[in-house]
Parts: sequence; C-alpha cells; structure tokens
Amino acid sequence: MSEPCCQITDEKYLKLDEVINQYKGKAGGLIPVLHQAQLIFGYLPKDVQIRVAEGLGIPLSEVYSVITFYSLFSLQPRGKHTIGVCLGTACYVKGAAEILQALEENLGVKVGESTEDGLFSLMQTRCIGACGLAPVLTIGEDVYGRLTPEMLPDILKRYEQ
Amino acid sequence: MEMFRSHVLICGGAGCLSTGCKAVLAQFLAELKAHSLEEEVKVVETGCIGTCDLGPVIVVYPEGVFYQKVKVDDVKEIVEEHLLKGRYVTRLLYERPVSGEQIPHYGDIDFFRRQKRIALRNVGLIDPESIEEYIAQDGYFALGKILTEYTPEQVIEELKASGLRGRGGAGFPTGLKWEFTRNAPGNPKYVVCNADEGDPGAFMDRSVLEGDPHSVIEAMAIAAYAIGAKQGYVYVRAEYPLAVERLSHAMDQARQYGMLGENILNTGFSFDLEIRVGAGAFVCGEETALIASIEGKRGEPNPKPPFPATSGLWGKPTLINNVETYANIPAIFQRGAEWFAQIGTEKSKGTKVFALAGKVRNTGLVEVPMGTTLREIIFDLGGGIPEGKKFKAAQTGGPSGGCLTEKDLDLPIDFESLKAAGSMMGSGGLIVMDEDNCMVDVARFFLEFTQDESCGKCTPCRVGTKRMLEILTRITKGEGREEDLGLLEELAENIQATALCGLGQSAPNPVLSTIKNFRDEYIAHIRDKECPAKVCRALMKYTITSELCKGCGLCARYCPEKAITGEPKKPYTIDQSLCIKCGNCLDKCPFNAIELK
Ligand SMILES: Cc1cc2nc3c(=O)[nH]c(=O)nc-3n(C[C@H](O)[C@H](O)[C@H](O)COP(=O)(O)O)c2cc1C
Ligand code: FES
Repeated sequence: MSEPCCQITDEKYLKLDEVINQYKGKAGGLIPVLHQAQLIFGYLPKDVQIRVAEGLGIPLSEVYSVITFYSLFSLQPRGKHTIGVCLGTACYVKGAAEILQALEENLGVKVGESTEDGLFSLMQTRCIGACGLAPVLTIGEDVYGRLTPEMLPDILKRYEQ
Repeated sequence: MEMFRSHVLICGGAGCLSTGCKAVLAQFLAELKAHSLEEEVKVVETGCIGTCDLGPVIVVYPEGVFYQKVKVDDVKEIVEEHLLKGRYVTRLLYERPVSGEQIPHYGDIDFFRRQKRIALRNVGLIDPESIEEYIAQDGYFALGKILTEYTPEQVIEELKASGLRGRGGAGFPTGLKWEFTRNAPGNPKYVVCNADEGDPGAFMDRSVLEGDPHSVIEAMAIAAYAIGAKQGYVYVRAEYPLAVERLSHAMDQARQYGMLGENILNTGFSFDLEIRVGAGAFVCGEETALIASIEGKRGEPNPKPPFPATSGLWGKPTLINNVETYANIPAIFQRGAEWFAQIGTEKSKGTKVFALAGKVRNTGLVEVPMGTTLREIIFDLGGGIPEGKKFKAAQTGGPSGGCLTEKDLDLPIDFESLKAAGSMMGSGGLIVMDEDNCMVDVARFFLEFTQDESCGKCTPCRVGTKRMLEILTRITKGEGREEDLGLLEELAENIQATALCGLGQSAPNPVLSTIKNFRDEYIAHIRDKECPAKVCRALMKYTITSELCKGCGLCARYCPEKAITGEPKKPYTIDQSLCIKCGNCLDKCPFNAIELK
C-alpha cells in the first residue's frame, strides 16, 4: 500500500459521492452510507460528515448524533491495524482482562488509543462469536484464540513491518 | 450433480478459522490434486460443526469419521491412508476423556450423539455457499408446499400448533405473533430478522447465518407469505462480517433460483430481502431500537405498546423474529407441527441451542431438547469442568439473566423453569464458572456492560446502573460498606420497575441473582475485605514465606514501588502499604516463596 489509509483525497470524495447517490432518497440510508464512508476514509471527520449530510439532504446534527451513538463509528483516525480485545462474557471468564493489560503494557497505550507510530489502535470489542476459543482478540480480519499473555509479542510482531 | 465417492467436510466456523482451517483446506486441495483424486473426493467448507475447542476439525464421509486438531502436516497422511487405502488415521481420532477410548465416528461421540439438531440441522453438514446442497436436504421444500397448498391462515394455524416460541429471549409464541401482524391494519407490512445477537457469550445465530443461511431466507419468505409482506430486512451485527458475506451470497443464489424476488416459484408471490448491518450498539437487539436503527436513526428504544406487530418499521405492521426462531420453521413445515410439538416440555416445545463456553471442557454449540438438565449439558455434553476444578455457577440469559448453581443442576431447562430459578433462557449463552471466578466481580462485569451500553434515554437506566456499578466497584476494591447490599437491592428494584426498555429493566438481574446465591461472598468482600476466589486484586496480599525465601533479592529488584526490603541471604519482607499488587515478585521468584492470598 503506497498511500496512508487516512489521507483525504479527491478520489475518496468521488467514491463517497457514488455511495451517497446509491442511497439518496432511500429510507434508512444514513447508516449504510456511514459504513461505506468509514471504509473509504478510515474514520469520519467533519468534512465527510458535511458531505454526507448535504448529499442525503439531512441536517448535519442528525449525522453527528447517529455517528456518536454507535460505537463502531470513529471520529478519530485509527492506526494501520486495529486490535480488538474481546471483552464478552466468555472471554472475561477466561481472563480477557489480563490480555488487555498485557497489550496495554506491550504497546504502551491505553484502550481506545493508537500507538505513536500509527501502527496499532487498541480497542475493546463485544463478543465476536468465537467464545469457544476464549479469550480471543482480532487484528483486522484475523482472529487469535486461546490466548495467554506470553503469546502476544509474537502475534504483534507479525504486523510490525 | 457430479458424484464423488468421498466428501471431506472442513469446519469453517470462527473457532476453526482461528486455528488455521483455511490452510488445511488448501492443503487438502493440493494433496488431492497430487494424488489425482479431485474427481473422486470433494472438499467442502462447512459452517460451525460445534466442537470449537478441537479445531480444526474435519469429518470424512461416507464413513463419518471425525478428525480433530488437524494440521497442515497431517493432511498428506489422511489422504494417503484414509482416502486411498481406507485406513483411519488413529492418532487424530477423538478420545473419550478419562477412559481414553478412541471414537472414530462422528455420530458416536457423546457431544453429538446426545444432541437433537433442528435449528442446526444443516450447520456443519452442508456447504453454506451452495443452494444445491441446501435443496438436497429438502431445503425450499416447505416454501414450495406452502405457496402452492396452504392459505396464509393455515400456515399460522400450523405454526401455532407446533408450540414454537421465540428464541430471541422472551419466548413469545411465534404463531401468535404472526397472527397479530397479519391481522394488524396497515400496508405495506415488513418481515425482520433479528441477527444482532447481543448477548456476549452467545454465537448460535452467527453459526446459523454462516452455516445454513438459506434456512433463514426460506423461513422469512414463509413468514412474508403468512403475514402479507413483500419486503424483509435482516439486521446483522457488524462484528459478524462472514455472516453478512454468506447471507448475501445466499440471497443472490436464492434470487437466481426463483426463491426470492418477483413471482417466487411461479406462484405469483413476491418477496425480497435486504441486509442491514449494525454499528456496535447492544441496545439495537431490542426490537424497537432495532427498528429505529434500520430507519437510519440512533438506535434508541421506544415504549411499548404499540408493539412492532401493529406499528413497527416506518410505522407499519412489522414481524420481528430471531435467527434461531426462523431456522426452526422450515423443519416444522417439512415434518409437521405434531412432530415438533412432541419434543420438549409441556410449555416449551422443540429444542434450544446453547453456546457452551467458559470453564467447561468441550466449548461449542449444542442443540438439545427443551427439558434437558443443566447437568447433562455441562457434564455429559460439555465434559465437565477442566483441571479438576469445582463447578460453581452457570450464567444464562447474558447481561439480563442470572446464575444457576449446584442446586439447579438437575432442573429440566425450559423458559418457565429458568425464570423460576431466578435466571432466564435469553438467547442461549451458557457460561460456566468454576471456583476461581468471583461472583461479585461477575456482577460488576455485567453492570459495566449494561452501563456502557445504556443508550441514555431514560434516567433509571442511565443514572441508576451507574450508581450500582459504583457500589459494586467499591466492593471489589475493598471499600464496600455495611449498607451496600441493601442499597444495591433497593436500586435494583427501582430500576426494574421504571426503566423504559428491557435493557434497563433487566440490568439489575445479574446483581440480584448473585446476591441471592452468593451472599457470603459479598459479605466476605465487604466485611472481611477478602475475595474468596482470589480475583479482586485490591483485596489480595502478596507475602513472602520466610522458610522458602533464600534472600536472593530478585523480587526487590523487580518491585517498581520498592516495597520489598531485606538483607542478602535472609528472608525479605513486603511492605503492604507500598505494594501495588503488580505481581512482578511472584513471577520472578525462583523459589516459589511468594504467596498470594
Ligand atoms: C436489551 C435487549 C437486547 C435484545 N437483544 C436481542 C438480540 O440480540 N437478538 C434477538 O434475537 N433478540 C434480542 N432481544 C429480544 C427482541 O427484543 C425481540 O424480543 C426478539 O427479537 C423477538 O424475536 P423472537 O420472538 O423470535 O424471539 C433483546 C431484547 C432486549 C430487551
Ligand atoms: S465472549 Fe469473546 S468471543 Fe464471545
């Protein structure tokens, strides 16, 4: 990948306009548009919110209120890899708190923050449905299960290039 | 269809994906090619087979031989021995715990033998990406029969006769819900599938969508015909990208085959589906909030009545059912309401899928008849508690539920009995806890969850759960006060009585249920400042056993707070007032001289 994920280019706006046109006038289109917008830009900065509001013909305040209601929508740029530590019940029972703590120590950030080099964002997630393998974490689309704190450095290393 | 002499089913469920089943699958394809067996043996990636802790698992048919923990390096041997020479690879077979007896055949393994699979009938058995395989299992047969032979009223009567109740949590009779929606004035009407699966610890809906998406599509088309709808929505949580992918693939196939879209099966009936993806809000599993979310709004719940059946999506009559509820429906119409109604207990018919997780040997998905006891599920199917630990509690109903204990082990489980025992069925998450789990901390965990997910619309939930969480947190920190239990109970009662939606109304349940069953544990935290399960760090003390300490000084060197002092070659001591309980000393001591109590 040559271009950093969160740089805002005209090309991205063109893509966003396409998405908006697809949902324009369709009832309930705001959330699907925001999903796509976040895929395109990596997060939902104010300019993107304004574009969405104008494109769909709804007040900016409504767009903002929906974004802030749902935990998956982000107003801040994320790191290249998002680490999601499952804090669902099964994972909690099997010691997810220790995994989270070890990651915070390893990466030197708190949950909800990104590392300075922009490589990792550390998030907590709800149950991802892999409870049989608890405790689990995700990095992007990859799932790691039956974790122990000792396994973490090796896992992180795979994403460090 | 082409004929194959053998099928290799590779589980592609979440568990097996994370242990590398994709690589195993690729290796199978390569090995089969190398042995020119591609025309004779078919490799199929299925949905979750259910034994998540044994992954990657594969089943070889026609023999039905079950191999566990299969690695890429094992594939060659399976191909050469089993598929070429017909000899089982014994080292990969399942072994019965304790006796160590090898059980080659899938159907003979207790975990499978004791299940009755209706909702999961195809999950793990067919390729979820192939509509042909679904049809080969009598899929879309029920839809065809209904569209050509049944009136909508007859469909509803049959469903009522089956006794099916909603699997999303509340157990509302499904046939009745369909009837209300059919009879409600207003047009158009909508059919919605609740695939938000919010209970953290439940994954059956995910498995159905990933392993047998057509059964949900078929059931929704039947529902649409029965209530008079033309459009449906499936609301899937964003955490399940694979489910979205499989479902949307299945919808495309169904359209191609004339099972969705205009003029289904040439009967003049039309119905189509759209997927809506959630965005990370637990409350959106509640039906009125889910509707708000499909409408593109903040997913805040609304007071009921009006119920969605009369005023739902865009104010129109809307039928909402859960994924597992739908998955039962084609089977009911294939085999008849009478067949279904004879399974289960008097008031809860059919089966229930449980997601077995936590401190239990066999984690995974099990589907058992209603009325099965907790003991059978945890000990016979689940294989009991690992590492010789003692069973302490099972949590059902997620953040809205409660815990069951030793005394409930022989209770036949159904909607009524769980309620009477102070818990609830919920979606079927079943988390087993052993002696190492602190029940006060469990209550705190659930409150933290509901507090975090409270949408903030009503005060009892927004503020009340916050106060409860504060009290629980201080108890786990050793700052609990004598009056705290009474305070918790009073707050709980008020929130239950006054919160706007089910989330708030049920939020106090885990607290009340743990207080009821484990009052002593609360008191130990509050009065004696002790955590009997040794979970609450703030209540634990690190001490040095002087007989074992050799005075090497390693612990003192690694103590970040300089809380450990002593002279070389003599026992060291820890100053408790400085100790921050990081545990470094315990990790570093080469002589096991540091004890945590
Ligand atoms: C806070 C809350 C969360 C809920 N979450 C879910 C859920 O994740 N999945 C679900 O099917 N039902 C959930 N429900 C129940 C739904 O409101 C609704 O009763 C259900 O979808 C009806 O389907 P059924 O009759 O087939 O069970 C939830 C209810 C509440 C109060
Ligand atoms: S609780 Fe972590 S995957 Fe379900």
